[in-house]
Amino acid sequence: MALTTKAWTKWALTRSLWVYHVNAGACNNCDIEVLDLLTPRYDIERFGMLLVGSPRHADVLAVTGVCTRQTAPRVQEVYLQTPRPRVVLAIGSCACGQGIFTEAYHMARPVDETLRAVDPDATILYVPGCPPKPEAMIAAVVKAIEYLKSA
Amino acid sequence: MNIGLLLLVFLAAALGTQALGLALRWVDRKVTARVQYRVGPPFFQPVFDVLKLMGKENLMPATAVGTGFLLAPVVALASTGVAAAILWAAVFQPTATFLGDLIVVVYLLTIPATMTILGGAASGNPHAAVGASREMKLLLGYELPLVLAILVAVAHNGWTLKLGDLATFQQMHGSTVLSFSGLLAFLVAILCMHAKLGQVPFDVAEAECEIMSGVYVEYSGPSLACWHLTRAMLLALLPLLLIVVFWGGLDTSVWWDWPAFLAKYVLLVALVTVLRNTNPRLRIDQTVKFFWFVLTPVAIVAAALAAIGVSENLSWL
Repeated sequence: MALTTKAWTKWALTRSLWVYHVNAGACNNCDIEVLDLLTPRYDIERFGMLLVGSPRHADVLAVTGVCTRQTAPRVQEVYLQTPRPRVVLAIGSCACGQGIFTEAYHMARPVDETLRAVDPDATILYVPGCPPKPEAMIAAVVKAIEYLKSA
Repeated sequence: MNIGLLLLVFLAAALGTQALGLALRWVDRKVTARVQYRVGPPFFQPVFDVLKLMGKENLMPATAVGTGFLLAPVVALASTGVAAAILWAAVFQPTATFLGDLIVVVYLLTIPATMTILGGAASGNPHAAVGASREMKLLLGYELPLVLAILVAVAHNGWTLKLGDLATFQQMHGSTVLSFSGLLAFLVAILCMHAKLGQVPFDVAEAECEIMSGVYVEYSGPSLACWHLTRAMLLALLPLLLIVVFWGGLDTSVWWDWPAFLAKYVLLVALVTVLRNTNPRLRIDQTVKFFWFVLTPVAIVAAALAAIGVSENLSWL
C-alpha cells in the first residue's frame, strides 16, 4: 500500500501526528480517556501529537463508539475528507467489534467494515478495552508510527 | 543595487523570518505546556509540522472556488515575506529604507487577514464563512486604533513616514514610549498586535472548539503549511514593527543596544504567550466593542496629546 512515497515526508509524518476525534456513538467513556492523553500525566504533545478541530488537518482518526446506522455514513464521509496518508485508530471494544451492542437493532457494521466499504486499503489499528487505558492508546500510536515507518 | 542581489536579500529575509517564526512558535507552545505542567513538544516540532503538511494530500472541497481557495495562502505568505524584507532593512540598514515604507508595511501586514477572509469565504464551508465574517469584523476593529497609535509615533518623530528615520530619530531623541502619549499608543498597539496574530482572547475567527478552526477548516496539506508559515512569520514580524516604531529600533553603532534590542523583542513575544495563556476567548461582539469603544478612544486621545505635545514642544507629552 502506498501510504507515502518520499522519505522526508514519512520522517516528518511520524514526528507530527495530528489526531481528529470521531465519536461514532460512544458512551463518552472512551472519549474521556482520549482527553486524558492531553493531560500533564500523559502529554502526547511530547511526541508532536495534537488534537485538531478539522479532519482536513488530521493524520489520525481516533474513532470511538459502536458505529450506529446514523453515524456510519458520517464516519465514512469524515474518513474520505482526511487527506492521505491517513491512519485510523479504533478505540474501545465498541469501535473494535461493537462490544456488547452486537446484533442490536440500531447497529450498522463495525467501524473497520464501515471504512473498508469506502477504502479497502484503510489502515486500521485496534485498541480494545472498555475503556482502553491511555497507555494502551499510546502503545497503539507507537505501533502506528512503526507501521508508517515500514510502509 | 541590481535585481539579483535584491532577490537574494528578499529571500534571506523571508527564509530567516520563517526560521525565527517557527522557533518562536516552539517557545510559545513550550511555555504554554510548562504553564499547564506538561513537558511540551521538542524544539523542531513546528518544522516537523510544516514538513509533514508539505507532504500531505491537498484536498479541495467540491463547493470551493478553486482559484481563491488555493491562491489565498500563497499571496498571504508572499506579502508577509515582502513585509519581512522591509522591516529587517529598517532594523539593520535604516538609511536604505524608502519614503512611505511605513504605509507599505501596514498595508502588507493587512494582506494575510484579507487573504484569510478570501480563502475562508472561497472554501464554501459554513464554519469558514462564520470565521471569515468574524475575521472581517476583527480587522475593522483593530486597524483604526493601530493606525492611530502609529500616527502618535509619526508625530513624535518629526512627522516622518520612513521606518529607518523613525528608528534613528528615536535613537537620537529618546524612544516614543518614554512620552505619555507614546506609552498609551504603545499599549494600544500591543493589543492590536495580539488581535492581528489571532491569539486567544481575540481568536474568534478560528475558535477551534467552537467553529472547528473557522477560516482554516477546509485547508489541508501544503495550503495549510502556507498558513502555518504565514502565522509564524507574523509572530516574528509584529514585535519587530512595534520595536522600530515605538521603542527605538536597533542602534547598530553601540554594542549595548544589541542585548537591549533582544530583551525588548523577547519581552514582546513573551507578552503574547502570557496574554494567550491567561485569557478566555471573547465573543465577537465583545471584541469589536473593546476595540471600538475602549482602544480607539484611547488611541484618539493619545494622537491628540501627541499633536499638542509636538506643537507646544512638550516632549514628555
